[in-house]
Amino acid sequence: MGENTVKKIATRESYGNALAQLGAENKDIVVLDADLASATKTEIFKKKFPDRHIDCGIAESNMIGVAAGLAAAGKIPFASSFAMFAAGRAFEQIRNSVGYPHLNVKIGATHGGITVGEDGATHQCNEDIALMRTIPQMVVMCPSDDIEAKAAVKAAAEYEGPVYLRFGRGPCPVINDRLDYKFEMGKGSLIREGSDVTIIATGICVANALEAAEELKKDDIGAEVINICTIKPLDKDMILSSARKTGKVVTVEEHSVIGGLGSGVEDVLGEAYPVPVKKIGMQDVFGESGSAQALLEKYMLDGKGIYEQVKEFLKISE
Amino acid sequence: MNNLELKKTANQIRKGIVSAVHSAKAGHPGGSLSAADIFTYLYFEKMNIDPENPRMEDRDRFVLSKGHTAPGLYAALAYRGFFPVEDLLSLRRLGSYLQGHPCMNHIPGVDMSSGSLGQGISAAAGMALAAKMDHKAYKVYTLLGDGELQEGQVWEAAMFAGHHRLDHLVVIVDNNGLQIDGNIENVCSPYPIDKKFEAFQFHVVHADAHDFDSLRAAFKEAENTEGMPTAVIAHSVKGKGISFMEGDAGWHGKAPDDGQYEAAMAELENIDKILLKEESGWEKIQ
Repeated sequence: MGENTVKKIATRESYGNALAQLGAENKDIVVLDADLASATKTEIFKKKFPDRHIDCGIAESNMIGVAAGLAAAGKIPFASSFAMFAAGRAFEQIRNSVGYPHLNVKIGATHGGITVGEDGATHQCNEDIALMRTIPQMVVMCPSDDIEAKAAVKAAAEYEGPVYLRFGRGPCPVINDRLDYKFEMGKGSLIREGSDVTIIATGICVANALEAAEELKKDDIGAEVINICTIKPLDKDMILSSARKTGKVVTVEEHSVIGGLGSGVEDVLGEAYPVPVKKIGMQDVFGESGSAQALLEKYMLDGKGIYEQVKEFLKISE
Repeated sequence: MNNLELKKTANQIRKGIVSAVHSAKAGHPGGSLSAADIFTYLYFEKMNIDPENPRMEDRDRFVLSKGHTAPGLYAALAYRGFFPVEDLLSLRRLGSYLQGHPCMNHIPGVDMSSGSLGQGISAAAGMALAAKMDHKAYKVYTLLGDGELQEGQVWEAAMFAGHHRLDHLVVIVDNNGLQIDGNIENVCSPYPIDKKFEAFQFHVVHADAHDFDSLRAAFKEAENTEGMPTAVIAHSVKGKGISFMEGDAGWHGKAPDDGQYEAAMAELENIDKILLKEESGWEKIQ
């Protein structure tokens, strides 16, 4: 992929833009933030609809509770913070005040994963998908680019019930600019066909998985790549049909291998079609300071790292 | 409603609490009884609600932030006509809609699920904000325990409500002075409660939680307060109405056994008789 020719946009930017567009269409949409409007990009919405943007200050637990109350009174609140403070700090508020009553609250969590970069481990949330997946009936989405992020925000607004949306900090390549691209919540997207191994990726790792697939092709390995935006509910049919075809599955996520996309995929395959699975992600470690790219390389989540790990996996599982 | 009717209703609600908790063999009678007169006043005089239409758009809302005192809320809702009184005996049973803590999706009249302390006040603030944004007139009442004030989220919510001048919001503190581990002053004192809420830009009113004139005056003051939320510090007695439960932290989360149940109900029957005499005396005067 030519670094200079591909358009790159951070999905948090897409989130802010999507909110501003949806806000014009639906007056019930309100946006909450916790002193991070310029970072979560909800400031884009704030500029257009200052009366419907509520800055809760640095108090995420209360923000989620306020969002629950607004939803109970008929609003469609999008509560935003970094993934660490939304899913992490306010986990129990999300579980008890949003999940249990199944209120129509959307949690827009930006700065997910290690590509938060220089801020280091305290701000790099690699556990949010795991936490949110455990809440009954919670929808969890992690879009892969600008186009998918905007579509996911729109789908979340139209869906009645709690949704967790994970966005990234850094610019990532636009990969879904195809004429036949169609977003459907709960459906995966088969973006490259192959018959030797299935790579299932989410978020910014989808573009990297495609890079890895391109490299694998040079070794005569046909990698099928599935983009999973909706991690819960997971597109079981697509995962199973690809696993039946290739017999080997690799998952890739900028998240702990414990409880995230990889665990969800293993749950599906373990029950219905057991095949060898390699989970690429954060291997039970905290992140650290560094540039996003340097961290992706160190933790082998860039195209090269994924390529190498897939090769190793194929050797073992032969 | 006149005070005598309110007293009679509150006594019914206390019987409902004792019966429900006895039937469940578990639950929280102490804080339900201390708040029984508050539930009665709000649900039988103050709040604009309709048992036939529990989700009426412009209704006043109530959030039981101290969700463990659900038996008190359930008894008030049942006697107000939201669901059959006999269902109170199904409290906490498998298959019953009367969950151990309030569940808004299954219980008519419950405006917010609650139970994890500190969370109800935030939801109530969100509802009050919605009322303000939509230029609606409804009020949002939320009842907190005094021990609950130890939760940090309460003060996040208080800061938020004060900052946004949420005059649709009325926070009530059931100040019975006791929590599971003992006296709130000994465990981790939330005092001074009034000065704390004042510092968070609340209008603060003190009330006697067992005197309907006092409650009426306090909620009237809350209604007339503009530009800021109100905190009603309701001074109460934990276990109020049952002599052997009053002022005893041990009755926070314990059900009466059969003998204690009989004794408690006898005390409440006796209060009924006294109120009946008061009523006939009242009629003579009229």
